[in-house]
Amino acid sequence: MSKFLPLWPDQASTMAGQVDALYIYLLLVSGVMTAVIFLAVAVLAIKYRRVPGREAHQIEGSTILELSWSIIPFFVMLTFFIWGAVIYFQERTPPADATEVYVVAKQWMWKIEHMEGQREINELHVPTGQNVKLIMTSQDVIHSFFIPAFRIKQDVLPGRYTTLWFKATAPGRYHLFCAEYCGTNHSGMGGDIVVMEPQDYAQWMAGGPSAPLQETGKQLFTTLGCATCHRSDVQGRGPNLQGIYNKPVLLEDGRTVIADENYVRESILNPTAKIVSGFKPVMPTFQGIVSDEQLNALVAYVKSLAQPPPGTAGLQNQPAASPAQPEKVQ
Amino acid sequence: MASTAIPANQAPASTPKLNYLNNGHTLRSWLLTTDHKRIALLYLISVSVFFFLGGFFAMLIRLELLTPEGDLLQADTYNKVFTMHGMIMVFFFLIPVVPAVLGNFLVPLMVGAKDLAFPRINLLSWYLYVIAGALFLHCMINGGVDTGWTFYTPYSTVGSNTNVIEAGLAVFIAGFSSIFTGLNFIVTVHRMRAPGLTWDRLPLFIWANYATALIMILGTPVVAITIVLVAVERLFHLGIFDPRLGGDPVLFQHLFWFYSHPAVYIMILPSMGVISELITCFSRKRVFGYKFVALSSIAIAVIGFLVWAHHMFVAGISLYAAMIFSFLTFFVGVPSAVKVFNWTATLYRGSITYATPMLYAFGFIGLFTIGGLTGLFLATLGIDVHVTDTYFVVAHFHYVMVGGVLMGYLGGMHFWWPKISGRMYPEGWAKLSALFVFVGFNLTFFPQFILGYVGMPRRYWQYPAEFQVLNVLSTAGSSVLAVGYLLPMIYLLWSLKYGPIATDNPWNAAGLEWKTSSPPPTFNFDETPVVTWEAYNYDEIPDVPLEAPVAR
Amino acid sequence: MEHEAHNPALLHHFADAQQQKNAASLGMWLFLVTEIMFFGGMFCAYLIYRVQHFNAFAAGSQQLSIALGAFNTAVLIISSVTVVLAVKAAEAGKRKVLVSYLVVTVLLGLTFLVVKGFEYREKFEKHHVPGASFNFTDTFDDNGKKIPVNSKEAELFFSLYFAMTGMHALHMIIGCGLFTGLAILAWKGHYTPSYYTPIENGGLYWHLVDIIWIYLFPLLYLISRHS
Repeated sequence: MSKFLPLWPDQASTMAGQVDALYIYLLLVSGVMTAVIFLAVAVLAIKYRRVPGREAHQIEGSTILELSWSIIPFFVMLTFFIWGAVIYFQERTPPADATEVYVVAKQWMWKIEHMEGQREINELHVPTGQNVKLIMTSQDVIHSFFIPAFRIKQDVLPGRYTTLWFKATAPGRYHLFCAEYCGTNHSGMGGDIVVMEPQDYAQWMAGGPSAPLQETGKQLFTTLGCATCHRSDVQGRGPNLQGIYNKPVLLEDGRTVIADENYVRESILNPTAKIVSGFKPVMPTFQGIVSDEQLNALVAYVKSLAQPPPGTAGLQNQPAASPAQPEKVQ
Repeated sequence: MASTAIPANQAPASTPKLNYLNNGHTLRSWLLTTDHKRIALLYLISVSVFFFLGGFFAMLIRLELLTPEGDLLQADTYNKVFTMHGMIMVFFFLIPVVPAVLGNFLVPLMVGAKDLAFPRINLLSWYLYVIAGALFLHCMINGGVDTGWTFYTPYSTVGSNTNVIEAGLAVFIAGFSSIFTGLNFIVTVHRMRAPGLTWDRLPLFIWANYATALIMILGTPVVAITIVLVAVERLFHLGIFDPRLGGDPVLFQHLFWFYSHPAVYIMILPSMGVISELITCFSRKRVFGYKFVALSSIAIAVIGFLVWAHHMFVAGISLYAAMIFSFLTFFVGVPSAVKVFNWTATLYRGSITYATPMLYAFGFIGLFTIGGLTGLFLATLGIDVHVTDTYFVVAHFHYVMVGGVLMGYLGGMHFWWPKISGRMYPEGWAKLSALFVFVGFNLTFFPQFILGYVGMPRRYWQYPAEFQVLNVLSTAGSSVLAVGYLLPMIYLLWSLKYGPIATDNPWNAAGLEWKTSSPPPTFNFDETPVVTWEAYNYDEIPDVPLEAPVAR
Repeated sequence: MEHEAHNPALLHHFADAQQQKNAASLGMWLFLVTEIMFFGGMFCAYLIYRVQHFNAFAAGSQQLSIALGAFNTAVLIISSVTVVLAVKAAEAGKRKVLVSYLVVTVLLGLTFLVVKGFEYREKFEKHHVPGASFNFTDTFDDNGKKIPVNSKEAELFFSLYFAMTGMHALHMIIGCGLFTGLAILAWKGHYTPSYYTPIENGGLYWHLVDIIWIYLFPLLYLISRHS
């Protein structure tokens, strides 16, 4: 499309084509509907213009017509709903094999951390043909991560993680915008998504420094003293964290929750909120002690801890009976 | 267009000796009036002031957006400008305008009553509006507010260093103005209808304002308490919405949109009521499917309360909640569509003339159709993820609010101008203004649909260079639109002194308001009317010939 | 305003007294609906956070005085009885009885407010008022087991406690003012068996404020109380 008068955004992800197809469908139906109404009004307004001597007919109505033009459009709208919901469902269900990238938003920049340790500011390099899942949080107010070329957007909230996933298809440089008003430099909080062929991406990745994110997390786990209580060899004062990621956890008050990113993050910042069954509430809070980036590293580390071999001290994390309703931590 | 012989009861008379306008000339008789018609005029003046103030801010926005760089205003100033444009237009113009100006004037007249149920509360309503407006002006002079009209937390409670509490308080007080107006309308319609005026004979403007009043009293208190909580959190550093203190910023959005979505129906329903009045009068026939049109207003009011989270599809709500709200949102489109179809069908076998009010009605049907259809795009989850928080949304809501509400209001103002002022407006100038409005409006806002889909986010002070051409088109349109709004200001005021004197019923319209003089006496009717006919049934209404209105 | 309530108190825009009475009644009921929606927003926030932060809310609740809260509940219920008796007296034309019941209602309302004042002072002294000096070190007593709670979540409980009871107290103050005005007008003989609408409608307002307290009391004071 013209750079001077863009009428359509680039298509650079697997979802872009689907969203465009749905959009065109709605454009067509709406166009037809608009044309029908405009024409009907124009034709009727001219055909029945006042002619001296010709009286208006007082017509009460027609229930059949009313029902038809209520029910038929409703069913047409249902097609919009279903197709839209299918796309949305896909967009909100990240594939299990997606590479993860952590994003921290702050007024007014995007801080990006790849698992391999690469850090970027306001730029995100990704390879084509690879599912990428962004795990995002904000340090201050609500922002929104918007990539028009991928047709996706997700608000980024303080105090919890939200996620967004995509699979890029076309190499190039695409706009990244903040799409939730966040203060003075909201419109300057943009950047680029740089999509590269896999071999170029690998080269770019290799050129950078840093340890993988979970390595940083592992170091923090030791220096912050977490390892003192959360031991993996013998029963410590805190639960063994081996293999807990995405597993159900039985809490003191009887609830069962899933140990996802938000759970791990909350447990570090607000340990007494959810106490694991059989443990005392002795863990101190790390609010104000760890930054959002350090939190991401710790979360990445906990997620990387593998399932413990059978017969070790990890078993008390499993609920005694099968859980009735595992609650997803929002 | 040929004119016909004018029946005797339509002969132009001199302005009636004693009417509500000249019954008392002192400032006190105006500022302490309990006459609903005078209160409507007080509202007309204050609402118009805010409209032009909000319009001035719109002009600043469009001027800034002529160029991709932020070069006219500083970023902070721009953020305040769009915030105040939104707050003024939503809370001080769109929500009150049709109910408080046309509704206040017409509801008692249309039901055959001498006044609203609670005239003193009506006056209080106006004073609350004025106090709220003064407070808001003070807030503006003191540096303004930059949270966006939506006050999202935690930016509004912790992030912004502008006058959030003062602006919130102004909105809170304006909300009570709205609540009291709604309360008055409901009681009036229930308890003060003229003999013979059963519910199924009520003018559709009444049905529309009744449904609006239901939303006003149920929804407004929720935004009131939400604003109180924001103010309290900001003042005392509580943690209701701030996650660092244990709160949830998304809860704010739920509470806010629980009112603010129904609020848009407060804005559009009365205008839709106006359109029903215009179409029937200028087609000389009853509306097609009266029951369906009447009940569709109620349906919109009820279903409108069930869809608020369609503003939050990417806000972090659960997948399943999003699906439910998307599904429900499609339901609310059906009654709106029914209205459009019924109005169109009313034209069939009518006897149509094209006075300015009818032109606005045609414009409404066209623009509301487009605006409403684009609402379906936003209800569709897969599309909304891409276009939410972009100019697509901005275009959508301006189509329904400006292309819808404002067109209905202007059409109504022209239609009832003779009744309100006793004078006719100049038809030629009025038709020209309508054209300016229609053309200017489309040129301003249609390019914004494209801008949104290509990815320009909203509330942007600066933007990538490739978006410039579309922005320039939009700004060009807005200058045409501005002319379209300024002209009526001028010629309506001009007509007060120089316009031809109006008869009781210059349009030969149905409706009890036309059975009294133009302007009406203070107590509306010399004798209480008795109603024996169905609404707009021109075959049955006494003293209203089927002849078309005298063309100009 | 020239239409003060002289008997007959018929306002000019009404067809007859019955229409005026019906209109006033309906208007008052609609206003009460708006009050319910107004408090409803806070109740909604409260319910959501209570589910999310149950332990902290229970701990905060246990720091409130059941004795004072229950006493206040009794005071308000009795005051609603006096309101009903006032309306009956107005209907029967018994002026002195009417004034007495109105005055007693106001006194009961003031009693409520004074007790509330004591409660607030106690919260202030224990540093349970949200803000810079908030300091919560109590635990959630779960049948003998003492569970420490997050101070920020407890602060959230108290934020809602003060917001909700504060808003309620404001409505009580308005109610006391309203009833004082009604008592004065009643003393002057404005209300007769054919016109006592303001007494009825004032009564409706008082009953609503009472009902709101009847919901507030168990929600705020009685979380997880075991004997």
